[in-house]
Amino acid sequence: MLALLPIAQMQPAIAVEPDEILDDPALEARAREVSKELRCVVCQSQSIDDSDAPLAKDLRLLVRERIKSGDTNEEAIAYVAERYGDYVLLKPRFKSETILLWGAPLLAFFAAGGTAFWFLRRGRVQTAPAPLSAEEQAALDDLLK
Amino acid sequence: MSRAIFLLPLSLFVFVAIYFMIGLRHDPSAIPSMLIDKPAPEFSLPPIEGREIGLATEDFAGEIVLLNVFGSWCVSCKIEHPVLMEIKSEGFVPLLGLDWKDKPGAGAEWLARLGDPYARIGDDADGRVAIDFGVTGAPETFLIDANGRVRYKQVGPITIEIWRDKLKPMIEELKNETPPAIGGDDAGASADCADAAGDCR
Repeated sequence: MLALLPIAQMQPAIAVEPDEILDDPALEARAREVSKELRCVVCQSQSIDDSDAPLAKDLRLLVRERIKSGDTNEEAIAYVAERYGDYVLLKPRFKSETILLWGAPLLAFFAAGGTAFWFLRRGRVQTAPAPLSAEEQAALDDLLK
Repeated sequence: MSRAIFLLPLSLFVFVAIYFMIGLRHDPSAIPSMLIDKPAPEFSLPPIEGREIGLATEDFAGEIVLLNVFGSWCVSCKIEHPVLMEIKSEGFVPLLGLDWKDKPGAGAEWLARLGDPYARIGDDADGRVAIDFGVTGAPETFLIDANGRVRYKQVGPITIEIWRDKLKPMIEELKNETPPAIGGDDAGASADCADAAGDCR
């Protein structure tokens, strides 16, 4: 049991280096929040908060500088997006270019729901088949004789 | 007629497959630049160690230039370097250097060893100017027109083919465009106008 203790104490490695951390914990928390929403442009599946890339470090420092100088979280994110484009936003903005992106799940839901509804309704109509005509009945009787 | 509905999943699949076939061919590291047809960010950088002149925005006002982001630590820059020397020897366009995040003296040492293709070099030790330019890695090269606007961004090394077939023709076009040419028999210039999204004069 004791041997497992070090494993239990392990934390996921964080990229933020001690020299980057702001003195004010509230500002630092906001900087972390902002950094988590910005994509690292070098290793693109990570946020700059997760990435060890030198450019990610530069951007973390930049974000902290902006926040320290009085930027809101949104302003700090916009500052980076102005330079690197909407591409760096891990949470895409809702605007005319992204309406399809945000609307796609709703669109898929209604398409699937509509199709299901249509099929089910059609199925119910078909549950009562037309009665056999006289000739059909005669042919059936003939076969079953 | 209603049988056609069963072809819908298949056609959807074909649509998605074609979409991905095109999409997956794109280079994910090539992030579209925010700066195309926008003014280059203002900056003023000191010279690298052992040099007299640095690099600032006003230094190339009214000139068509190539601004090359490099670093002595950057392997692809070394591959690109002979092409930059060739561009310099052709004398067709001034080449400006942005020494990105280099240790003091490292850039100068690198240039002393390999040769210096740059007309001016700015020392961007903390990488802030590179961030203003939206640089994602070295080398990157920006084609800036006489109005100080970024017209093209080359991500990755300029090869001799890229220089000959892409950058040089673009610069030729810009040179024709700068003093408004009368006649305009040049098909390339109108194509460039279409690219500029209605922002051409």
